[in-house]
Amino acid sequence: MIELDSITKYYGNYPAVTDISFRVEKGEILGFLGPNGSGKSTTMKIITGFMPPTEGTCTVAGNDILTNSLEARRHIGYLPETVPLYTDMTVSDYLEFMGKIRGLKRERLHKRVDAVVQICRLEEYFDTFISKLSKGFRQRVGIAQSIIHEPDVLILDEPTIGIDPIQVVETRELIKSLGGEHTLIVSTHILPEVSMICERVIIIHEGQIVAVDKPENLATRLRGTERVELDVKGPTREIVSALEKVSGVESVNRKSSLSDKGYSSFEIEATRGLEIRSDLASSIVNNKWDLLRLEAVGMSLEEIFLRLTTTENDTNKTGNMSVGEVSQSE
Amino acid sequence: MERYLRVNNTLTIAWKELKIYFQTPTAYVVSAMFVMFAGITFILNVIGTNPEATVRSFVVPSSIFYILLAPLLTMRLLAEEQKLGTFELLFTSPVKDWEVVIGKYIASLVTLIATLAATLYYVIMIYAFGEPDSGPVMSAYLGMILYGAAALAIGMLASSLTSNQIVSAVLGMGTLLILTFIDTLGTRLGGVTGDIILEISMRTHFGDFARGVVDTSHIVYYLSIIAVFLFLAVRSLETRRWR
Repeated sequence: MIELDSITKYYGNYPAVTDISFRVEKGEILGFLGPNGSGKSTTMKIITGFMPPTEGTCTVAGNDILTNSLEARRHIGYLPETVPLYTDMTVSDYLEFMGKIRGLKRERLHKRVDAVVQICRLEEYFDTFISKLSKGFRQRVGIAQSIIHEPDVLILDEPTIGIDPIQVVETRELIKSLGGEHTLIVSTHILPEVSMICERVIIIHEGQIVAVDKPENLATRLRGTERVELDVKGPTREIVSALEKVSGVESVNRKSSLSDKGYSSFEIEATRGLEIRSDLASSIVNNKWDLLRLEAVGMSLEEIFLRLTTTENDTNKTGNMSVGEVSQSE
Repeated sequence: MERYLRVNNTLTIAWKELKIYFQTPTAYVVSAMFVMFAGITFILNVIGTNPEATVRSFVVPSSIFYILLAPLLTMRLLAEEQKLGTFELLFTSPVKDWEVVIGKYIASLVTLIATLAATLYYVIMIYAFGEPDSGPVMSAYLGMILYGAAALAIGMLASSLTSNQIVSAVLGMGTLLILTFIDTLGTRLGGVTGDIILEISMRTHFGDFARGVVDTSHIVYYLSIIAVFLFLAVRSLETRRWR
């Protein structure tokens, strides 16, 4: 549906994005993740045809965004980062106008205006001037205009920024419900949002793609090993040597001991792609030790994100940071 | 089909702008100001020592007020879109740049013509109390529309250059001021240079209309000004996107 081929964009001498290529299939929800100023918005502006790339080509629904621009634009719904609204218009006038310039004819236009007003729950504010709406409702009007012409491709630039937590949840649900019929690209720098909404993530840093994968795959791919944590009651040394004998296990670390009950927790790293949990469990049970907990741990998106977007030197530092601390600094 | 759609886009944009003009105070304030200026010059003629039964008396000085009126009408049109970021939506919709510019221009032109229509009140008064020649009345109004349309085109370019409405208004007024009064310089200089400058001045081409003469060369002049400045406005928007 969307295809970018080695897109590069310079602002003067400064490269905003360099050599970006990716494809988005029909019906897919793609997350576009990166810190501020990493080139997310630039890439989106290029896909929507607002800004021509310095090099490279981009096609939307088979139409080149430069040479067949109008046809490509017909397939796109777009919500830029700063929600663009004519504050002097009422919600209904605004939606009607946006529908008309996207080529909706009278009957369908009225139907669609009613439909998006319902989808985005704006019924009460139908005749309100946009200047009187709160930020959250403006955001909804912004989303409403982006889907009014039922575009195949929907591009949302930081759709949940600056609205209150309840509205954030609602907006995410709304976005999720739009997947399937629309092909979606959603940019964000809020990490949990990506795993909540998206089927695939592209992490972009300093104008370059550093990772593309499913949110859950990113973790294993990045680490290179499977990680399992377990709590066992028994003699520590023997447990370690027994676990190390299980095939596929690369290392066993004792993390801490829950001394009062005699349990110790271990962290085991195993060859990537191997399912070793049942072998571990039977090994422990055969030795008649008590198994309290056994679980595979994924890397949180925060960890992946930091690993990918920080330099080698501070990786060690941030690697030990807990998720809570990271989210605070967000 | 494609052609029909394009006209449709232009009119959609024009209609939206017209609606905003008349939903906000801008159009009313600017038009009222213009009608008032025209009224003052009209009364000064009527109560003067040699009152004439012509529209010239107020049409000629009123045209000077275009320097204020036109940029005030156009300043919002393109500048605000750049400020609000709504350009991003317009230019990612299946709409061409020139459809946007022309649509907005039409809205400002309709507002200007509506304003001129309000001054017809003075014309009715002249017909009621005198016997004016109808020819010069009509040619004067044709001139007023052409002059105003050219002034609006200049205002459109000014509005495309900046996202700040005040800067846009000042730019437009400055350009109009120069293009209107540059004829004085032309007269002073004389010779070929002087003639060229005289030809550039917007005022030079207006006199004949007020006198009742409709000369094609003057019509061509105003239409060229409109075409050139609207073309520049479209290009200026395009280059703003490339940056």
